[in-house]
Amino acid sequence: MPLSYISRRLFHLLLILLGVSVLVFLMLRMIPGDPAQLLLGEYARPEELARLRTQLGLDRSYPIQYGIYLQSILRGDFGTSVRTGAPVVDEIGVRLLATIELSLAAMFIATLLGIVAGVISAVKQYSVFDYGSMFLALIGVSMPIFWLGLMLIYLLAVKFPILPMMGRISMGLEAPAVTGLVVVDTLIAGQLGACGDALRHLLLPACTLATIPMAIVARITRSSMLEVLNQDYVRTARAKGLGEAVVILRHALRNAFLPVVTVLGLNLGLLLGGAVLTETIFSWPGLGRYVVDSLMGRDYAAVQGCILIFAVLMALINLIVDLLYVLLDPRIRVHA
Amino acid sequence: MPRLEIVSNLGRNRSATVGLLIIAVVLLVALIGPRLAPYDPLVPAPLDRLKGPGPVHYFGTDSLGRDIFSRVLYGTRISLVIGLISVAISLAPGTLLGLLSGYFGGWVDSLIMRGMDMLLAFPAILLAIFITAILGPSLPNTMIAVGIVYIPHYARIVRSSVLSLKEQLFVQAIAHLGGTHARILGAHILPNALPPIIVYATLGMGTAVLQAAALGFLGLGAQPPQPEWGAMLSEGRQYIQLAPHVAAFPGAAILLLVLGFNLFGDGLRDVLDPSLRSR
Repeated sequence: MPLSYISRRLFHLLLILLGVSVLVFLMLRMIPGDPAQLLLGEYARPEELARLRTQLGLDRSYPIQYGIYLQSILRGDFGTSVRTGAPVVDEIGVRLLATIELSLAAMFIATLLGIVAGVISAVKQYSVFDYGSMFLALIGVSMPIFWLGLMLIYLLAVKFPILPMMGRISMGLEAPAVTGLVVVDTLIAGQLGACGDALRHLLLPACTLATIPMAIVARITRSSMLEVLNQDYVRTARAKGLGEAVVILRHALRNAFLPVVTVLGLNLGLLLGGAVLTETIFSWPGLGRYVVDSLMGRDYAAVQGCILIFAVLMALINLIVDLLYVLLDPRIRVHA
Repeated sequence: MPRLEIVSNLGRNRSATVGLLIIAVVLLVALIGPRLAPYDPLVPAPLDRLKGPGPVHYFGTDSLGRDIFSRVLYGTRISLVIGLISVAISLAPGTLLGLLSGYFGGWVDSLIMRGMDMLLAFPAILLAIFITAILGPSLPNTMIAVGIVYIPHYARIVRSSVLSLKEQLFVQAIAHLGGTHARILGAHILPNALPPIIVYATLGMGTAVLQAAALGFLGLGAQPPQPEWGAMLSEGRQYIQLAPHVAAFPGAAILLLVLGFNLFGDGLRDVLDPSLRSR
């Protein structure tokens, strides 16, 4: 893969992020309401308000405020949360890991079940399984996930209390902070009971978040497999006398994987968006819920930090998908 | 493809037929729903709080004793209007930007597309939340927010169609005959770029309804006591342990409407744009 291609993409990514930071900065300033007033309350004295505005840098011109902000970001300083008084970087760090844990679990479920359903549907085209799974996939992409989350809570946490309805781990249990991913940390520490508890907490929100990507992956895997299964090289593989499993898994699925990888990458972006809603429903202490709370509380620094992180993640995912594309299909490498 | 052939192909497409049937029923409910509603959707009845579904209240009542069936019927009109207006808000500027970007290329293309890339750098719901926070929570602002979020999607689709259309012989012939840019774009390129736009707009109706409901659910959309489905779900969330029906019915209504648009959109794609056919 040519280095110039990667460096051009990285430069492009930097430009987009710079643009995003300006856009977010300006949009936040357009939100009605004075953060100083919001912090000190309705009855704050004018001199107190003026002091806080100076402290927060709100009395300076926009270009200067943006310049200071950009310099700080480059130093890794995202400012201080006006709601909690803690550095935004620290707050984002903890919450980002919670969101990553949830998104990875959802992605795992969506990929595994989506691909299996898609492959079986394609191999047994026009069967009851094919019709059934594709109908379910259609329902999946039409589903308001916040509704699905609520219904799962009612069914599996209230009516039949099999799974916990909120949080990452039960009260009284604690995970040692190593990676920040509770399931992994409890496993590393050998606390199998706590690990099981964390997994049970993860299951409902992860399944909720996985629904739409799973449906999309199943549909795209099916159509991609159908295309590949008609190709000459698959017929050749069968003619050579290879077992059906080998033909499907090694010859067909590998070639059908390209569109699936693209969709998986696009879905990671979808998951980040979905996390905002899922985390709200399940009181999951992640970045999605944090950004909504920060926006409601006019916590400029926190919102700016979170949205930049979201944008970086989205941009990185797109970049990785494009690079994977080149790696998976050697024909693209020539043109890259 | 002649119009008659499109209609006949749509009629043969199972997905399109079922989708159209669902949309027709929802449209009918939106039109005559207020006449069908047995109760006033806004008047509280404290003595009837959180009653389960039954012969008196088909879908039960909410925390203020209002009839959920009547509220869902009234909400149909709100959701359809949200879908239509949001899509119109994305469609008009998105199409124009895509046309200009694809046709003129060069710095016009770079400028427009980098702007679109910036909007695409945000997860959709996050950008919609952000815009609603600036404009203030209300139903019209929800439509504007959802509309703005999807402008880049239309711009990209139209641009890619224009890129291939402008190289075609008929377009180049008109240019050589002295056709103005506006005439070439409006009378020759746009009509030929329409099929993918129509397909995406139909699927986009479902997405817009979902996003608007999500904003309503987060308290950023329609404000109480408006019977908007997302806002009703948000209220139902507080009573999910006691009275799950409060959330169940508005959510099912959203699912049905979005399913209708998705089915019809899939069918339309198969008929209008066979290159994208889902097998």
